[in-house]
Amino acid sequence: MSPQLIMNPLGFPILSTVTFLPLLGVAVILLLKKEEPIKVTALIATLINFIFSLVLFFNFDPKTPLFQFGERIGWIPAYNINYVLGVDGITVMLVALTALISPLCVLCSWRAIEKRVKEFMICLLLMETAMIGVFCALDFILFYLFWEAMLIPMYLLIAVWGGPQKDYASLKFFIYTLFGSVFLLVAIIALYLTNGTFGIMEAMFKKYPFNFQIWIFLAFTIAFAIKVPMFPFHTWLPAAHTEAPTAGSVFLASILLKMGAYGFLRFCLPITYEASLYFAPFMVVLSIIAIIYGGFVCLGQTDMKKLIAYSSVAHMGFVTLGIFTFTIYGFQGAMLQILNHGITTGALFLMVGIIYERTHSREIYDNAGLGKITPIYVGFFTLFSLSSFAFPGTNNFIGELYVLISTFIKSKLAGFFTIVGAVVAAAYMLRLLKQIAWGREDKRPLADMNVREVLTLLPLALFVFWVGLFPKPFLSLMQITLMHLEVQLKNLSQLGVM
Amino acid sequence: MALLPEITVFLFSLLFLVFSLLKNRPSLYLWARGLVLLGIFLAALGTAVKGNFFAGAYRVDLFSQVFKFLIMVGFALVIFMFESEEEVEGEFLAEYFMFLGFSTLGLMMLVSSVELISIAISLEISSFSLYAIVPLRRAQTRGQLEASVKYLFFGAMATGVMLYGIGYIYGITHSTFLVNIIPHLIRYISQPLAVFAVFLILAAFFFKLSLFPFHFWAPDVYEGAANSTAAFIATLPKVAAAALVIRISMLASAGAKEVAIVLSIFAALSMFFGNLVGLVQKDIKRLLAYSGIAHAGYLLMGILPLSEEGAAAAIYYMAVYLFMNLACFYVLLLVAKRGENVAIDGLSGLAKKSPLLAFTLATAAFSLAGIPPTGGFTGKLFLFVSAFKGGYLGVVIIGAINTAIALFYYLNLVRMSYAREENATTITLSSHQKLLCYIFSVLIIYLGVMPFGLLNLFKRAF
Repeated sequence: MSPQLIMNPLGFPILSTVTFLPLLGVAVILLLKKEEPIKVTALIATLINFIFSLVLFFNFDPKTPLFQFGERIGWIPAYNINYVLGVDGITVMLVALTALISPLCVLCSWRAIEKRVKEFMICLLLMETAMIGVFCALDFILFYLFWEAMLIPMYLLIAVWGGPQKDYASLKFFIYTLFGSVFLLVAIIALYLTNGTFGIMEAMFKKYPFNFQIWIFLAFTIAFAIKVPMFPFHTWLPAAHTEAPTAGSVFLASILLKMGAYGFLRFCLPITYEASLYFAPFMVVLSIIAIIYGGFVCLGQTDMKKLIAYSSVAHMGFVTLGIFTFTIYGFQGAMLQILNHGITTGALFLMVGIIYERTHSREIYDNAGLGKITPIYVGFFTLFSLSSFAFPGTNNFIGELYVLISTFIKSKLAGFFTIVGAVVAAAYMLRLLKQIAWGREDKRPLADMNVREVLTLLPLALFVFWVGLFPKPFLSLMQITLMHLEVQLKNLSQLGVM
Repeated sequence: MALLPEITVFLFSLLFLVFSLLKNRPSLYLWARGLVLLGIFLAALGTAVKGNFFAGAYRVDLFSQVFKFLIMVGFALVIFMFESEEEVEGEFLAEYFMFLGFSTLGLMMLVSSVELISIAISLEISSFSLYAIVPLRRAQTRGQLEASVKYLFFGAMATGVMLYGIGYIYGITHSTFLVNIIPHLIRYISQPLAVFAVFLILAAFFFKLSLFPFHFWAPDVYEGAANSTAAFIATLPKVAAAALVIRISMLASAGAKEVAIVLSIFAALSMFFGNLVGLVQKDIKRLLAYSGIAHAGYLLMGILPLSEEGAAAAIYYMAVYLFMNLACFYVLLLVAKRGENVAIDGLSGLAKKSPLLAFTLATAAFSLAGIPPTGGFTGKLFLFVSAFKGGYLGVVIIGAINTAIALFYYLNLVRMSYAREENATTITLSSHQKLLCYIFSVLIIYLGVMPFGLLNLFKRAF
């Protein structure tokens, strides 16, 4: 029953390469002294990694739900801990997204970071390794290792290069997420004692006693819900986002938050299926609260970064909503939203970073009325704002549509409330957009975006339209994997009935 | 042959006794460093030998030799860390080395002793040397005198309690040899008398481990003693004490739930107490003392299932603990230019003063907090697994919660050294100091990522 691992057909261990190549970049950077070569090295390392991730992407076989490009080496035999890597339709996309976002983060920090450039770039590269590692790992301990190790560079990114309240924000981020993760560790050990192995594949799609499932699910959920973050656990996010440097915010929004959703999809559903079903109504309610609450809080924000941070809470509500409606549309919508939110919100944070470099303020009023001053900037800003509230033709529309279909299949009432949330999203994004474009009359001498900044945003803009107008390549990539997940879950529930 | 490591340390101490009498002393550091390197070499060779000495009171086996090797490595690191005349007055330097040597000798004998009287004597050899060096600190103040008196009194009490327990055990089993005690004790192990006696003996080692409620001396002694002395007290006696706690609790291994229950209560209290009080500490050494109390609790998690796997996990954790704690103390030693105590605020701007020191401290602090990929995480994982396997889910959850609580103050160390950077004057490190920093960082990360070799060794030690 357990999904099997297809060993790597390429001549070299591609997943290990993608995961650990940034570490090579770190090693090179350690030898360098001057700032300029350090930045270039970091950029090259992330770009090469992106190319490798494309190799992975194009060699990926979407016709099988199994894990591909597998690597397996014994690691700590005494505890049956192995070094196992593999990707399926869900993770191949996330790996590619991470590899795409990383060079953009290096680019956007080119001028913004003035002190300790070397350490900053090392942190970025360490982040990339840990994030890709989380998605590739198929052993719980390996997964947990990356999952936790990621906190250290992220913490340093906020604590050293952050804004005025960086102490508070970084500490809150670290302790909040660690608090969730320790329960994950306990759950992992419980699974190990049941299965005799830390393998993730071996733990999936099995019949566990219902009580056991409940506890495992709750332990998982604390960890993942904090990471997503779901409604009552979201308070670390605005603080961390606001204080983090641009690159940190982008990593946080585009990749880190996705790990929570990924965790639900990869662990909660296949391992604790019955408990997930049992708790699904609560999760749906929390998701809808997140969508509506996040939207209304956004309406009251005056800080651009905070507004986008709260909008993340609402967007991630769509993702968890899609996952916990248990239909194939819901899963597809959730996966698309994971990708879309990574692109759109990442881009919006980049945009805030760009204007912050010029005005040194994130207040909406200080940055208002840019329409005539920096037309290219406002053009991009319009595009990503429209995409953010799911304007038809942009990427988020497709994702939210799938989630809404799935929600309406399960419950009309839930669907209605979700629509309310979607309308609020339009209200707060349009309000922001109006202010930025026409909010002030006075002319200020501000430079428009330069080539480097346009280059940073162009790939993301391309994806906005690509996913918005022609999502088929992305959908078909993960379709088999998600259908397999749904079929397996159905089988499990039938077993439960008998 | 089998006793070569002990003999080396003994000669080390004798040599420094002679040096302390000489008018024209040779380079003490050079001799000390040379001899401990030889000691490490011999202790590594010693892991291959086995034997019984002194009518079976002294056993050389893999278990004892592994611990001796750890103690020897720790001792060598302390000797290499110590190079400042500012810590201890120059004229007492030879005596200082001598006492450190004798204390190490006592600890090495302790892990080989399998007879209650020799355990008591070895423990005293190591303790008395420490009583003597706690007040040895440059610039006499009330602090270290108070610390030494406290250490002496608490230590004497602990020894007394242990001897009391030994008396009970002898009364029950008519023997002081552990081999003979075990078969007799099994019949009585569920009775209050036997449990009481076992815990009276364990109390002396809990005292060394600074486990709650035997911890009262630790913060004051750490604070009062010289930084290098505190580094020694915080690590080596704990390694040996862990060995003895493992050995003695194995006495009760024949299904003594009562012992395990009391151990788990101690573990839980110790973790909570150490971490909660650690949250409000201002002085680094006091903070490390409370962290040590909490870590004694973590350690017990490996011991309380009374299984070999758990004990191997505990030894592994002790090895990691040795290195991460010594790394913290080393940074402290280098930051405290004049051998003074350093407050946590005193670390501010460390990353600018010396990036390497800040990195070493961060690695050690993250390891103490149990964040991967450091040894602290891997060690804690093994402890959690074995405690969970033994059925102590409650203790595991308490341990997990405590990991999150403790993070706050460990992170404070990192935060201070990275986030602030006013008035930074560069600390220049010699190549010797740099090398030690690298060794600490590499060891901590190595133990985190590649635990298999050592773990297998520890598993075979039973």
